[in-house]
This record gives sequence, structure tokens and C-alpha cells, in this order.
Amino acid sequence: MSSERKLVTVTIDGVQVEVPESFTILAAARKAGVSIPTLCYLKDVSDIGSCRVCSVEVEGSDALLPACKTRVVDGMEVRTNTELVQSYRKLMLQLVLADHGLDSTNYCFSCAKNGSCELQSLCRELGVTESPFAPEKQTPRQAVLDANPFLAYDPNLCIRCQRCVGACNSRAHNHTLHTGKRGLRTSILAPFGPDWKATECESCGNCAAACPTGAITEKRRKAYRSWEVTRTRTTCPHCAVGCQLDLVVKDDRIVDVEPAPGPSNRGMLCVKGRSGSFDFVHSADRLTTPLVKNAETGEFEPATWDEALDLVVKRFTEIRDENGGDALAAFACSRSTNEDVYMLMKMARTVFKTNNVDNCARV
Amino acid sequence: MGKLSVAPKSAYDARIADVLEPYMRRVEAMPPGTCPIAVQVNLLEAGGAQTCGKCVPCRDGIPQLAALMRRVLNCEADESVLEEISQLAALIRDTSDCAIGYEAGRLVCEGLKTFADEYESHVRAGACAEGVGQTVPCETMCPAHVNVPAYIALVQQGDCAGAIKMIRKDNPWPTACALICEHPCEKRCRRMLIDAPLNIRGVKKYAVDNVSADKVPVPPRMPDSGRKVAVIGGGPSGMTCAYFLSLMGHAVTVFEGRKKLGGMMRYGIPAYRFPRERIDEDIRAILSVGGIEVKYEHKVDTAEMKQIAEEYDAVYLAIGAQGGKSLKLDGADAEGVMSAVQLLGRIGDDDYPDFTGKKVIVIGGGNVAMDCARTSVRAGAAEVTVAYRRRIEDMTALHEEIEGAMAEGVEMMCLQAPVRIEKDEAGKVSGLVCQPQYISAVKRGRPAPAAANKPEIRLDADVILIAVGQDIESAPFEEYGMKAERTCFVADEYLQAEGFENIFVGGDCQTGPKSAIMAIGAGKVAARNIDEYLGFHHKLDPGIEAPEPRVNVREAFGRVNVGERPARERGKDFNHIELPISEEEIMQECGRCLRCDVYGCGALEGGRIQYV
Repeated sequence: MSSERKLVTVTIDGVQVEVPESFTILAAARKAGVSIPTLCYLKDVSDIGSCRVCSVEVEGSDALLPACKTRVVDGMEVRTNTELVQSYRKLMLQLVLADHGLDSTNYCFSCAKNGSCELQSLCRELGVTESPFAPEKQTPRQAVLDANPFLAYDPNLCIRCQRCVGACNSRAHNHTLHTGKRGLRTSILAPFGPDWKATECESCGNCAAACPTGAITEKRRKAYRSWEVTRTRTTCPHCAVGCQLDLVVKDDRIVDVEPAPGPSNRGMLCVKGRSGSFDFVHSADRLTTPLVKNAETGEFEPATWDEALDLVVKRFTEIRDENGGDALAAFACSRSTNEDVYMLMKMARTVFKTNNVDNCARV
Repeated sequence: MGKLSVAPKSAYDARIADVLEPYMRRVEAMPPGTCPIAVQVNLLEAGGAQTCGKCVPCRDGIPQLAALMRRVLNCEADESVLEEISQLAALIRDTSDCAIGYEAGRLVCEGLKTFADEYESHVRAGACAEGVGQTVPCETMCPAHVNVPAYIALVQQGDCAGAIKMIRKDNPWPTACALICEHPCEKRCRRMLIDAPLNIRGVKKYAVDNVSADKVPVPPRMPDSGRKVAVIGGGPSGMTCAYFLSLMGHAVTVFEGRKKLGGMMRYGIPAYRFPRERIDEDIRAILSVGGIEVKYEHKVDTAEMKQIAEEYDAVYLAIGAQGGKSLKLDGADAEGVMSAVQLLGRIGDDDYPDFTGKKVIVIGGGNVAMDCARTSVRAGAAEVTVAYRRRIEDMTALHEEIEGAMAEGVEMMCLQAPVRIEKDEAGKVSGLVCQPQYISAVKRGRPAPAAANKPEIRLDADVILIAVGQDIESAPFEEYGMKAERTCFVADEYLQAEGFENIFVGGDCQTGPKSAIMAIGAGKVAARNIDEYLGFHHKLDPGIEAPEPRVNVREAFGRVNVGERPARERGKDFNHIELPISEEEIMQECGRCLRCDVYGCGALEGGRIQYV
């Protein structure tokens, strides 16, 4: 029997649940309706267990165990909310907060992630407002890497949870973002510095999406606050993979894109989906009405849809009937959805009577 | 005069002694990949903690120096701080009253030179140099980077065959390494922080003692690549390379100079340490891959090397160090004088010497000298003496080897430098004359001997065995055009021979005589790089995965050692000297493993050193 199917019984804060043997304590707790706070853990992206915020008591174990990466064992008894667990959790956050510092963002005010920072909300939830361990002023400030047109890394805000490392390496398999060392401290070698063009980084931004703080951000994140926006789920208009994404809208304008957990992209996006899929919507060059070329002046002139479509039907029919279908070809735009591209192809073959069909969305 | 007390002045000293032992173990367990400046600061602060508080340079200088060095460590300092550090460290070294101060200063001064590149990286690039960063200790320290935690966990699950498969992912010699590996994997074992390093070799020995390696199928060979590779030398390095290349689908021809495969593991290591039937288990498994043709008793000369380099798509040269170094001693030509390599090589072909009633002297203090001495005991010698010019603690032989030899009745004549060999009228060896030595100043990290003001001594001898090192028989290949420095072939870090595209070289003939596992590691690197050179990127599937970890056992235990047969009994035969380990012993030992592959840095991207 595979471990996926073998069920074990565990008790979490007095609630008994039956879960597959492959489950972590965290997954089992979710099933039991018990919430365990996490910080460095990101499902399918990173479970290195570095922040230890999710540490829980397990009967029979001297040490507290991280819920995010400890597998359940039959008969396991877990306590997630004892006094000890709570006090450790708070202390742990205070240590993280000391590393993060609050001074470089004026207590979060100037941070692009203010309002959508996981550290901020976790601290708020657990009542951690400042850290007794924080140095008065962190010196000297490390330089922000922001030569990349889409992404920026502020090492001063980094809590070294390494979710970005998981996102770039084990999830996106790009292997362009790594860790380095500054003596005893781990640093993130984000390829966004002056030599960003020489790196293999594709600016896909999955690292920024994984970052719980404002350390790695999409630059356009600065243009809005999380409470000012609404989201609309859609399909990426580029290639045929069909990634699901949310368009982030502020004041009727699309300001950003967030990946959605679609079946084909599972929370990931490429640089085109994340940074090249909506700016054209608000482009001043965009056609807002059909244009018909004036045969005499050679200029395009605005027309109604009826006028334009009548002209297309008339001329295409004439061309097809006079010269045969192969005198026509159909090219679909790469920003069309699969369904639209399919319809165009169908029309070309059945109405135009040609197999001359193509589309630039094969990247 | 007042009353005297027998109580120590500080009641804490005895209790401090208790924490020094774990302190020392922690120092020993320094994780590979640690920033050297971190180690230096740590060492300096340890010195600072020992100050008596009298003198300015030590009392005030060390904490100030440590503060400066911390700034460099944290990459918060510029080059001017390095200058300050250099000055202050020199002052502490030159003006401190006692060793607590001046040794602390000296170590910083030396570290500034030894680790100059790292200091520069900290102040200029604001980061450690590339490569700094912890990796799993056992896996890193093993030259073949075997996935140690995984196979220990497999043994713990009772899956010895799985453990052998896991070892084979990186090393096709599980039996050899179970029996004779120097186990560098144990050197920095994190378990030392709790009690003692895991007996990793012991765990491997349990695995191969319970399921013989040739009964565990090797992974299936990949489809034929159409390329052929020559491997010159069928020792640990050559056969490792042949194994992996063949698995990748290349056709391999091994040119072996002797009658059998195994190299120095057969022709250098005595059977009582590595029984012949056990080495054959590994060799049978390696050859079971298929696609490996072995040409026995086929020494490659200059002309043939040229032909091979042209005929084959790639060549791996791994001829080892098969020659015995000689000593320029008067009388060294006497009958009865032979090199260790000669003696052990003959035994490799089952030609055992008879030393019944003879007095044997072995010259040398390394593992091979111990092999010769213990072989002589088994060959019936009346007396076996090791003559060595330094002290026992200076011998390069493993401590267990020296102890084992002594238990079998070998006499260690230390601080005796051989001067000349005496022979009788028939030209047969009759004795060895030595000049007594005394141990003197440390030179290049080792105490050196000096001639003592004492008269020469003479030892009776019927046989003298010279075990002072091995030579690489590089001449035919140097003549072919390969570059060598003092007979060691020159290659880059990818083992590509200098000046050649398709010739790779590794093992003892590239590094000088080292360990089997280093040769194995080189064989694997060469196989991978030859595959890349041929334009492939084969990825091998070991067909086994690391089991889920259990929670660390934090309770301290003693280390289970591999037992040996009683010295009196084992000295009479060439049978294996080691005893099997029991299941209860090995389960306890496996239970001590801290699974550094999943706990700590092993969980990180870049925290492992693995090729597959």
C-alpha cells in the first residue's frame, strides 16, 4: 500500500483526524480545523523549516517539532497552542523582526508590501509590535538591487526564509537566484543588480510572488496598496498553456497581475504572463474603433463595425471566388485565447477554404 | 603562617573540566563550508576568555581586535580595518607577557595570510568567496560524495540491498569501502556534538556482510551510445570510471597490467584486511553491468598509448602508484631486502612468503609498513620489528593499525634512522644498523627527528622490507607526451589531462598515493566528464530513494566499534581480522544518525554535494 493511501490517526489539540501517512502535522492540523501559523513555509515551493514559527509540542518528544515538515505518525498527539508554544512563537517572531528591522521602512509606512506583508500580519495576529532584540539602527544599510526593469531586492528587509530560493530553483527550475554567505549570515544573491542582463534570470517574478516581506518585489507593486484594488480571475492571453491569473485593478485600471492556482500553472507565471499581459489594455495606441483605408487618400478612416465587416465579407468573398481559398491566409494574434484562435482557424478552413493558418503564440 | 587548605582555589575548575570535553568535540565537528573568518574570530574570542586580566595587549587588545574582526566578518568593514587588525594583532603577538596573549595574536597574523582571499572578499565584495556555505558533513567529506545519511536510514529499515544501491549511486565499491575505507566521512560527523562520530564504515560493513554486493543487481545499462572508451588500470579508480561509463551506454575496454582486477586493493592491501573473495564480490557486480571488456596482463607502453588515444573516443588513465620507493642505503642490494610493493603484490597473486623462524625488519611508519609487519607475523616470522625515525604518534599509519600490529607482537623501534644494511659473505641480509634520533622542532607541521648523540645500534635481520612510499610508473606515458610533475600526471580540476582533449587522468597517478575512496571519487568525476566530453548528459537512476527521516535521538550513546578476532589467534592466518557487527549494535548506531540531509543545511538549496 502506498504511503499516500495508508491512513493514520492523529490528535491535534484534542481533535482526532484520520489522514494519509504522507501528511505533515501542518496538513493534518488544517484537516482538523486547527490553524498553525507559518512564515517560511510555502506549499510546493519551500519547506526547509527555517523560521520555526510553526513549532508544536508532540507527545513523547523532548523538542518542539516544525509542523510544516514533520510527517505524522499513527497515534501522534500534537499540541499547537500551549503556553510554551505560544511564548516560543512570539519570541521567534521577535527574532525575525530584529533581523528585518522596522527602521528602513519607517515602521512599514514606506514599504510597497505594507498591508500585504505576511510578517506584518503574523506579528499583528500574535501581538508582536516590536522586538527587544532589534539593534537601534542597522549599519551600514545594504544597497538595494533594482537595475532589473521588473524586480527589486532590498536585502535590508530580507528575513532569509529562502522562499524565493525554492521558487526559483525547485519550483521554476530557473536556478538563477541562490544564497550566498556574509560570514555567518545567509544572503540572497538576487540577479537584479547592474549586471542583470548578463544573468540567466528571465524576470519571471516567481521569487517576488513567494517573498513574504517587501524584500523582493515587483516594481509595479509600488503603484497601489492592497486595500485599494479588486481582482478579476482570467486566463493569460499569451501562449497556449492557459495559466490562470488575477488582474489587479485600481480605479478601473489594471495595475498588476497575480498568479492564480490554475490547473496548468499552479500559482506560477512567466515574465510575459506577469509583466507583459495587460499594459496594452490601457495603451494610447490601441484601436478603439474599426478603421477602413480610404482608397483615394490612402489614409485609415474610422468606420462602424457594420461598415468594416461588410467590406471584409465582400472583398474576402470576391478574392476567394476569383482566386481560390489559397489566396487568403489567417493569422491569429498571440494575445488571443485558445478559443478565439481555434475559431479563427475554423473560419479560415470552412469559410475561406484555405489551410493557410498560423499564430505567433508558439513561444 | 596560617592554615593550609587542600581545596582548590577556584571550586569551578573541576566543573569547567566537564564542559571542556564537549567544547573540544564541538571544535572537532566544525562543519565543512564554514567561513574561515568566523572560525578565526571564534578562536580569538576563546583566547580572550582565557586572559588573566593583567596585561594591556591581551586584556584590552583581544576584545578590541575581536570587535574589529566581527565587523569584517559581517562584511561591514573596509580595507582600512584590515590594516588596523593587522597592526593590533602584531602588537598582541609581539608584546604579550604569556602565551595566552601572544599565541592569540599570532594566529590572527597567520590567518590574515592563510585566508587573505576571504578577508579581501569580505571587505571588497561584501560577501564570502564562492563556495563558502555549509553542506552535509559526511557526504561532503567523502571524496565520492556518497549519500551517507540515506544508506544509514536504509540499513535502519532493514534494507541492506537498498543501502548497497544507494552507495552504488556514487561508488561501485561498497564492499571495499565497508572493509578498508579510511572513512573521512566520519571526521566532521555532527553526532560528535552529542557523543561521538557515527561508525559509518561499520554500518556499511553490516550492509555488505548481510547481503553480498554481487547479489544486489546493478541498475540497467542505458542504450549503446556507439562510443568507446579505454580505461588504463583496473584499480578502484579505473573500475569506477568503467562502471559509470558502461552504465551510460559507452563501450569500455579496461587494460589491466596484472592477472586480476582491483589494483592496490588486491595487490597492496593484505587479505586479512580485505579477503580476496570479498573484493571479487564488488568486481563481479561491476562487470555485471555488461559492456566492459577487460584485457588482463596487458601493460600499455608508449606505442600502444598512442594507438589507444587515436583509436578510442576517450581514455581514462588510472595506473595508480605501483612502484615501491627504495632507500639509498648501503647494502640495499642484499638478498632478502625487498619493497613493500613487491611483497604485497606477490601475495595479491596468492604467492605467500614463508618467513618461518626469520627475523623481519620493516622500515617505515605508514599503513603499508603496518601491512608488511602484520603480513610477516602471519608468514611465520620469529620476530617482526618496525624501524621508524620518528615517534609512534608521528606515524602516518592509522592508530588502529599500529595498535593491531603491536597486539600481534610487532616491536616498534621508534626514533631509529636506518643507516646501512649489513650482509653476510653470501650476499644475504644479516642486519640493519640504525642511528638513534631524538624528536626535535616542528617542521612543516610535523615534529622532525634529529640525530641523537648516541652510538649506532645494530638489529639482526634475515628479511628487510622497505615501506617508505610508492612510485608512479609514469615513464611510458610521459614519453607519449603527457605532462607530469614528479611523476604525478597533470590534469585540471575536471581531470582532463593537460594538453589533451580526450585523455582524462585520475587516482593515485594524478594525486600521488592516497586512499581508495579518493581514487573512486576521481573515477566517478572522470566518467561524468568523459560523458560530457563525448557530447552526452546521461543521468543515472539509482533506483532507490532516501527514507523519510525519524526525529533526532538526542540521548548520548557510546560509539559501537567493529570488533576484531583475538590478536593471538588472528596472527596465525590470513583470514579477515574483523568480526561481524550484530543487529542490535547496528540498529543503535543507525539510530544515532542525525539525518543532516534533511535537518539543518541539508534541507537547503546548495546544501548537498550530489552528482545525481
